[in-house]
Amino acid sequence: MRLSLGRKAALFYAFLIYLFLYAPIAILITYSFNQSKLNAVWTGFTFDWYVRLFQNGEVLEAAKTTLVVALMSTIAATVIGTLAAVGMYRYKFRGKTALDSMLYLPLVIPEIVMGISLLALFSQIKIPLGYFTLIAAHITFSIPYIVVVVRARLDGFDRSLEEAAMDLGATPWQTFVKVTLPVIAPGVVAGALLAFTLSIDDVIISFFVAGPGSTTLPLKIFSMIKFGVTPEINALSTLMLIVTLIVVIIAERLRMNKNV
Amino acid sequence: MKMETLPTTAETGLQSQPKQRQPRDWAKWWTLSPVTLWMTCFFLIPLLLILLVSFFTRSSFGGIEMPLTIENYTRFFDSLYIKILWVSCLLSLATTLLCLVFGYPFAYIIARSPQRYRNILLFLIIIPFWTNSLIRTYAWILLLRTEGVINTLLINAGIFEQPLTLLYNNFAVLVGLVYTMLPFMVLPLYASIEKLDKSYLEAAADLGAKPWQAFWKITFPLTTPGIVAGSLLVFVPSLGLFFIPDLMGGSKSVLIGNLIKNQFLTARDWPFGSAVSIILMALTLLCIVAYMRTTNDKQGKELL
Repeated sequence: MRLSLGRKAALFYAFLIYLFLYAPIAILITYSFNQSKLNAVWTGFTFDWYVRLFQNGEVLEAAKTTLVVALMSTIAATVIGTLAAVGMYRYKFRGKTALDSMLYLPLVIPEIVMGISLLALFSQIKIPLGYFTLIAAHITFSIPYIVVVVRARLDGFDRSLEEAAMDLGATPWQTFVKVTLPVIAPGVVAGALLAFTLSIDDVIISFFVAGPGSTTLPLKIFSMIKFGVTPEINALSTLMLIVTLIVVIIAERLRMNKNV
Repeated sequence: MKMETLPTTAETGLQSQPKQRQPRDWAKWWTLSPVTLWMTCFFLIPLLLILLVSFFTRSSFGGIEMPLTIENYTRFFDSLYIKILWVSCLLSLATTLLCLVFGYPFAYIIARSPQRYRNILLFLIIIPFWTNSLIRTYAWILLLRTEGVINTLLINAGIFEQPLTLLYNNFAVLVGLVYTMLPFMVLPLYASIEKLDKSYLEAAADLGAKPWQAFWKITFPLTTPGIVAGSLLVFVPSLGLFFIPDLMGGSKSVLIGNLIKNQFLTARDWPFGSAVSIILMALTLLCIVAYMRTTNDKQGKELL
């Protein structure tokens, strides 16, 4: 009896935390369909805010920038990061610890430091802020995540498979494509998807390296919030939440399949 | 004769002996040089650059000029800026503690839930972890503002006549920070609680320990790596999240992240902004070293 009471209390507590985590998001989504523009009273269901969003040139422009930057940076970071993970898994070399820390530090230092240091770099070498600087910055913060995810996948990988392929005369490139890549592919895709969500959601670093003509959606939302709460922001946020959710579901499925 | 032997030695030199090594070195070079090059150019050099800039003087046009000085650092130790750092650290510390106090039992419950529910419960933590923190902050503005959901509910229910001021103060910033950072605390806690060998607890119970004794003497010490990792993952980023104080705090709540942002974008004092960033970096590295010392986690594996 006492135990079941404790269990009930535990379940109730977990429920409260989930409520804390999800209620604000649920309310945000609900209000994106509310007719009332000004206050929090529910006045009726509407798709108006979504329609307006697709008529808003600036928002569409920002959506385009976000997608281009996310796609380009994800592809580049995935290639560089996957190669790095394989290289670091396969070889011992001088400076490995240094490279390790260079890949580890970006994950733990405050993002703002990375943002302003990139801004300082671009302004010192006179590269105008825009698509290029955004993409370069996003590649930089995505690489460490990809390396982590792909290396986790490689952890359970039997090296003797690679050695067998090499002994049978395969070149390192053939070994990589025919033996290593199929094994790490789910990790690579999961890493790429996570890099993609990081890119479309990034606020802090983009804030410093985006130019006037290259506003991303989170930056657009940031400036919209500063002008005040509007139903359009609710609708835009809802759409972004849905995209993130889809990507994370796919990525998690790939990650969970590791044991299969 | 000589003319003919030379190429053959060159040929054998190229083909027989390095044949074993050359392709491997080539592969090593191709896998590792892009990342080294990229991270050097876009991570290491920029960091060194702001270290350098932090010793320059601000020019009248907002650029940087000679002479070299340590004035940017000494200036930070003025009472005004030290107070900002102090308030920032207190707020981040409060965030960390609240996340730990609320997150630990939560992580414990998930880790001890039946296997078939565990993945879905865990997944429900991972979603907010990856969700845009700006959008999550905005959701709270929607709740807390004067015409917001909470005030509307309270007034319509007749509990209050005037809306409460829930937004634009340090309380709102704290709510925003805890909300944003909670998943970062729960995930490492979960990982370390789940790893815990249950037989220790059974042994303790067999030897007559009460459940709370078993918790303080066994569970808590053995999950310290998770606690420290989670605290680090909450404390460090919350120092730099400038948009939460920007959007939810009052005009007075300038935190260290906002100070850096303002130096770069509004005040255009790059040397001072760089110096503050370096101080923030140093503080972060100090935390990481302390973390590695306390947990013996040399590669920071628990953090990832």
